[in-house]
Amino acid sequence: MKELGKRVLAGDVRAASRLIRNLEDQIADTYIAIQEIFKETGKSHVIGITGAPGAGKSTLTDELICAYRSQEKSVGVLAVDPTSPFTGGALLGDRIRMLRHAEDKGVFVRSLATRGAMGGISKAVGEGIHVMDVLGKDKIIVETVGVGQQEVEIINHAHTVIVVLVPGMGDEIQALKAGLMEIADIFVINKADRDGAGKLYKETMNMVQMSRDKYGIAKGWTTPVLLVESVLEPHKFAESVTKLRDKIDEHYQFLVDHDLISERMRRKTAAEISEALWGAILAPILEEVESSGEMQRMIDKSLLKEVDPYTLADEVAKRYLKERPTSSEA
Amino acid sequence: MANRRIRILLAKPGLDGHDRGARVLARSFRDAGFEVIYTGCHQTPEQIAATALQEDVDMVGLSCLSGAHNYLYPQVAKLLQEAGAGDIVVVGGGIIPEKDMPGLYASGLTALFTPGATLDSINEWISTNVTPKE
Repeated sequence: MKELGKRVLAGDVRAASRLIRNLEDQIADTYIAIQEIFKETGKSHVIGITGAPGAGKSTLTDELICAYRSQEKSVGVLAVDPTSPFTGGALLGDRIRMLRHAEDKGVFVRSLATRGAMGGISKAVGEGIHVMDVLGKDKIIVETVGVGQQEVEIINHAHTVIVVLVPGMGDEIQALKAGLMEIADIFVINKADRDGAGKLYKETMNMVQMSRDKYGIAKGWTTPVLLVESVLEPHKFAESVTKLRDKIDEHYQFLVDHDLISERMRRKTAAEISEALWGAILAPILEEVESSGEMQRMIDKSLLKEVDPYTLADEVAKRYLKERPTSSEA
Repeated sequence: MANRRIRILLAKPGLDGHDRGARVLARSFRDAGFEVIYTGCHQTPEQIAATALQEDVDMVGLSCLSGAHNYLYPQVAKLLQEAGAGDIVVVGGGIIPEKDMPGLYASGLTALFTPGATLDSINEWISTNVTPKE
């Protein structure tokens, strides 16, 4: 594992991808490789792109890669697609939109499956960002799965969050709801040549103006709403995305100028630590409860209304908490 | 704890836009519990090899119905070997005449699936012959 970390530091793409994979597969000693690279992380600008399925996230990402490559910035992409809850398999298709960059050494695209994570990204995304970071990528784009209203975990990982909206997805009440609509640092109204784009623009602007300065993170940043028109007119599309790129960089500069990066880094680190705690504490217990057959017995009891799930959980918790090592051992 | 998942790159090299077969396979692989990355049509062998490395796949499945398999399939296998990734299993599908098969196998293809191969038999072959990397 230490070897793998060293290879990643040396810029080996396949080793980097393997390290991400070991994280996805929860290989026990992967943390040794992470230890190897961890100190070198924290240099890249992480951009999150989120929005509904089919909103155009991958296509925007593709064009954004071009926009950054024209400035000779290197780009890493983590593209997340859903895992089947039934078979555990996944069809990872974001890459189809990004193929023209396949041979560009300055671009590294890695597809990830959610593997059951519910927040719109995969558990390996946090570390995946570190891996891209030590490869020296200037910009890391994280494309979430197609999300609905509340898959907002991307805010724990990205410096700049772009929420992609498309016309025809619901009335203005949708724009007032909590969750996804609150997390944007930049809104993109994609497919803005379609019917309803003007109305959506107006509703989004209304929403943005009402929420200005409300979230603490905003301090002087009014979330811009950018219109991006049809991909079928390449020049127009590229022009819109260039504007988006400049806005993204402006936002990063804003974070730097107002010393807000450290706040975001703190949030990311907190998320990573709770993720690691989950893996270190809860996951092994769950596995034991599953493999010993206790889970099935508990399900049976609960189904027969003998014991409720909370009492069952409490019993398990008490048993394990009693076996907790003293703090000096830990 | 470990939860190894087979990762597959499904690619269509060359000038061939007929990807119904590849799409059906992509879906079938998903249902078999594999993680499958689909590239879409019109890929060069260089793009496919670069993608296979970036995605750290265990297997590359090639589909080409234009008749250019004798050039394109070995080229992918060769590029992977040159990149030190000869351990990635390369398999091909399509209408491949029997007389072409020995040459393809000699060039580094591990299996060929021709019309009539069932989805189950392909999935079973993968489960038996492709092991996720350590």
